[in-house]
Amino acid sequence: MAEILTAPPVITRQITWREGNPILDNKCPSGDLEKRWTKHKDSLRLVAPHNKRKLEVIVVGAGLAGASAAASLGELGYRVKVFVYHNSPRRAHSIAAQGGINAAKNYRNDGDSIWRLFYDTIKGGDFRARESNVYRLAEVSVKIIDHCVAQGIPFAREYGGYLDTRSFGGAQLMRTFYARGQTGQQLLLGAYAALQRQVELGNVQVFYNHDVLDIVVEDGRARGIIVRNLISGEIHRVAAHAVVLATGGYGNAYYLSTNAKLSNATAIWRAHRRGAYFGNPSFVQIHPTCIPQSGEYQSKLTLMSESLRNDGRVWVPRTPGDKRPPHEIPEHDRWYYLEEWYPSFGNLVPRDIASRAAKRVCDMGYGVGPTGRAVYLDFSDAIKRFGKEVIYQRYGNLFEMYEEITGESPWETPMRIYPAVHYTMGGLWVDYNLMTNIEGLYAIGEANFSDHGANRLGASALMQGLADGYFILPYTIGDYLATQLFVKLSTDTTAFADAERETRQRIDRLLSTKGTQTVDEFHRELGKILWDHCGLARNAQGLSQAYEQIRQLRERFWREVRVPGTGQEFNQNLEKALRVSDFLELGELMVVDAYHREESCGCHLREEYQTEEGEALRNDKDYAYVAAWKWAGEGEPPILHKEPLNFEFVKPTVRSYK
Amino acid sequence: MRFTLRIWRQKNSQDEGRFEVYEVDGVPPNASFLEMLDILNEKLIKEGKEPVAFDHDCREGICGSCGLFINGRAHGPLPNITTCRLYMRHFKDGDTITIEPFRAKPFPVIKDLVVDRSALDRIIQKGGYISVNTGSAPDANSIPIPKPAADRAFDYATCIGCGACVAACKNASAMLFTAAKVAHLAMLPQGQPERRQRVKRMVAQMDLEGFGHCSNTGACAVECPAKIPLKAIAQLQRDYIWANLTPDPHAP
Amino acid sequence: MKTASLAVGWLHTTVGRKVIMAVTGLFLITFLVVHLAGNLLLLRNDGGAAFNAYAEFMSTNPLIRILEIALFAGFIIHIYQGLYFIFRERRGRPKGYALNDAKANTSLFSRTMRLSALVILVFLIVHLKHFFVEHRLLGSPMSMYELCKLAFENPYYSAFYVVSMVLLAFHLAHGFYSGFQTLGLIVNRRVEQIVRWGAAVFAFLVPLGFAIIPIYFLIKTL
Repeated sequence: MAEILTAPPVITRQITWREGNPILDNKCPSGDLEKRWTKHKDSLRLVAPHNKRKLEVIVVGAGLAGASAAASLGELGYRVKVFVYHNSPRRAHSIAAQGGINAAKNYRNDGDSIWRLFYDTIKGGDFRARESNVYRLAEVSVKIIDHCVAQGIPFAREYGGYLDTRSFGGAQLMRTFYARGQTGQQLLLGAYAALQRQVELGNVQVFYNHDVLDIVVEDGRARGIIVRNLISGEIHRVAAHAVVLATGGYGNAYYLSTNAKLSNATAIWRAHRRGAYFGNPSFVQIHPTCIPQSGEYQSKLTLMSESLRNDGRVWVPRTPGDKRPPHEIPEHDRWYYLEEWYPSFGNLVPRDIASRAAKRVCDMGYGVGPTGRAVYLDFSDAIKRFGKEVIYQRYGNLFEMYEEITGESPWETPMRIYPAVHYTMGGLWVDYNLMTNIEGLYAIGEANFSDHGANRLGASALMQGLADGYFILPYTIGDYLATQLFVKLSTDTTAFADAERETRQRIDRLLSTKGTQTVDEFHRELGKILWDHCGLARNAQGLSQAYEQIRQLRERFWREVRVPGTGQEFNQNLEKALRVSDFLELGELMVVDAYHREESCGCHLREEYQTEEGEALRNDKDYAYVAAWKWAGEGEPPILHKEPLNFEFVKPTVRSYK
Repeated sequence: MRFTLRIWRQKNSQDEGRFEVYEVDGVPPNASFLEMLDILNEKLIKEGKEPVAFDHDCREGICGSCGLFINGRAHGPLPNITTCRLYMRHFKDGDTITIEPFRAKPFPVIKDLVVDRSALDRIIQKGGYISVNTGSAPDANSIPIPKPAADRAFDYATCIGCGACVAACKNASAMLFTAAKVAHLAMLPQGQPERRQRVKRMVAQMDLEGFGHCSNTGACAVECPAKIPLKAIAQLQRDYIWANLTPDPHAP
Repeated sequence: MKTASLAVGWLHTTVGRKVIMAVTGLFLITFLVVHLAGNLLLLRNDGGAAFNAYAEFMSTNPLIRILEIALFAGFIIHIYQGLYFIFRERRGRPKGYALNDAKANTSLFSRTMRLSALVILVFLIVHLKHFFVEHRLLGSPMSMYELCKLAFENPYYSAFYVVSMVLLAFHLAHGFYSGFQTLGLIVNRRVEQIVRWGAAVFAFLVPLGFAIIPIYFLIKTL
């Protein structure tokens, strides 16, 4: 009996953009790769100690990058003001990073080197990052570990008292330093403590519960910010000689992600609207090992560290729809698809590949669990081999967390996992000095686009955040600040007045709309559109559809949103509404970027461009560039500036983990 | 699931505050406590009422933002857990749940269930760190640390700064919080140069903020989501007595 | 921003005061053992000869007289510090909880420290008035043994005595462990176990030893 199905009409809209001039000067030095950073540092202008005290720097955010930068700038003697929307700088979402931090220490004697870390990172990013930046990252990685140990961070150690390391996805070496499953927490608390020391010494002021709502640009230079005191609702202007954005990623555009609930794109998006280029906005990492969604009410997804793939084996039943409980499925009926498809890296393939493989087996009908959107991550072999004690030492807290959330014990039954939005490689475009195209406006950590290309390797986010904050920005920002010594700061200018007025108007508009739908309802809808069409796999048709849907959604948002309360009080719904309104614009740019890049690379899988085996098919001839987008105005097609990527030292190859 | 909620409502720090009663229905048993409050808030907004303000962020038990006093206990009826990791399946259908903010003199209420916990940061400012400037560190492996010491340091260092120890303590003491940091750094060779000053200054700040005294009831350790053990407090006591009773060998 | 003054004598901080509590408390605990050893002589069937000799020794030996001053000082400081904490208790939390499920995370003994302290204080006053003021200072015609016998044969006094000992047990059950914890002597889990067991045994046996005596005298009257 045939049913007549009428599919709803698919509404799409032609995605358009304009092409601007290519970016030719990214300030990267030339010459030997190994000497570039040293040479560059030596050529930067300096500010004398007595002059540093005359220079004010605003740092927005106090995660790994922000806190480490603010502390280091404070140590140097600059006057630093840190703004966080949290009730303490220790709450930033870096705290939730679990697995570890990479460093080319070669303590294992396994042949690691700066070059290898550099190469693995470039290759892991599918050849869509700058060689100079990535090499510098690998170079300073070793100093991060030194500094963090000196700070008293309790990294895991071996019985001899020396540091322990483990392996992570995308590498065949053991270069990941860790502190049980709470490495991010320990590193962040180290940076936080360093920051608190500077607060005590009077070099840094931290403003809690302050949300940055706009960036003030005067004559092409960043001159300050507009902030809202979240408790009183007051709006203030703050001026400085330079502004550093360390506000993290925008994964929350998808509503459900592993990001903290408050993580948002407002500061970087407002900077973008003021002229800063946005680099590779569609490069979003989808992490393979998260606890699957269990219902509509769910407010976030929880990550299970990638380090689990060190000892856990990923499998699905060999027969689609096999409903037997996992322990009743005999060995020969289990399909260890990662080990089969990628024998040399096995369960430790990079995240994009593992995520896509999980999607593929689930699409093929092999998925497990009530929704069929999950695969098993099984520890029984490792428990047999090493014993419970060792496995507890390595992953104890993760096992407990999993059991708490799902009510199932990973000691007895395999974990069920599925990919979830985790990290954004995209972000504000920055040059080698980590400065955006707006003079004096810097972006560091996840907020910038720089080092991870189209896919970030595990344990590299912590490395990059701290590299930027401790060891790169403190040098490069001096080069700019040296030119600002005689600039008198004032908030009494038209640029500040305009920015403040526009901020107030936005708030008033949100509060006065008094529609019928809550902010979360819009956010969930946006998330679904992005997840369906700009998630694990993308195609032209779906993206065009998403483009139209987001535009309609945004229009409906401004007509029908309901934000309770007033602007002169602590109003969490107003905060949320401001953030979602920015996600609704950013979401569109993500879709445009994903549409324009007619190739597959790293996280970005365009279904039209893949091999027969479903691997990404890169197009280096046409797309070996960073897509830096410029805001062209409300409703206007954005302008694409291409920064060509020249590979002088590595040869882009087909990225194989087989 | 259906619940009757008795929630503390307070417009701002000056407001007197009072309990209000709400009904919430259709809560899935696998929803977290905060997701249950999300459901309530969505309903309140639709009804044109003021949603309940509460702190939260990571929702995976590590950021320390959330903290509610639920049915007479910090972070609710289970030990060693954060509010975001408390699931509704641990309650009975039809339960009445009383929700209050963490209460302590140094934790003034900002709104409803949101309190200001910056006093804890000020304790850290007085010495919860090793004074090392960026760039001056020797090679990481030049400081070997016995594994048991590193492991214990880690156990103490996992404090998430949520303030449940203060909320649960009958005297509103911040001893477990302060002791966790003192004990963490006391375990490590890097922590030795500032050890005497650290404990003295942090304790002085703790008192100045208005936290109560510790009477060793152990309520803090039962509620602590990071499972900081009470022996951290013994370590602080030991260091404090030692720092005050023995002469500093490096004093001029 | 608030700043801390380090000039404050360390014994005036909350942690310093705790140390005073612990030192005096543990000192008083040692006294309890000595006192009990003497009291148990009452149970000897010698018409009080041994006990009276002991009482005589205790009230005339110069060394004991000096220790007695220390003992009084210990009591006074312990009580003063305890009262300070009781009055300070509310300062950390001026507005209390509407619902506080303290029994979920604390022991009965730690929750009843104030009550047990007050009962022991009343007991101490009555006890001192009876045996110290009346006998030693005012000079009673009766021997110490007779005085005790007379007191314990009064069922009301004995009941009061026994109830006080039960609360002393409560006080010790928390105080014994707490003293060690405050002095930082609990260095690891093993020591913690030993101290917790020691506290339980001590808090059970010592008050029991005291309480047996009035019960013994009461039973003899039957």
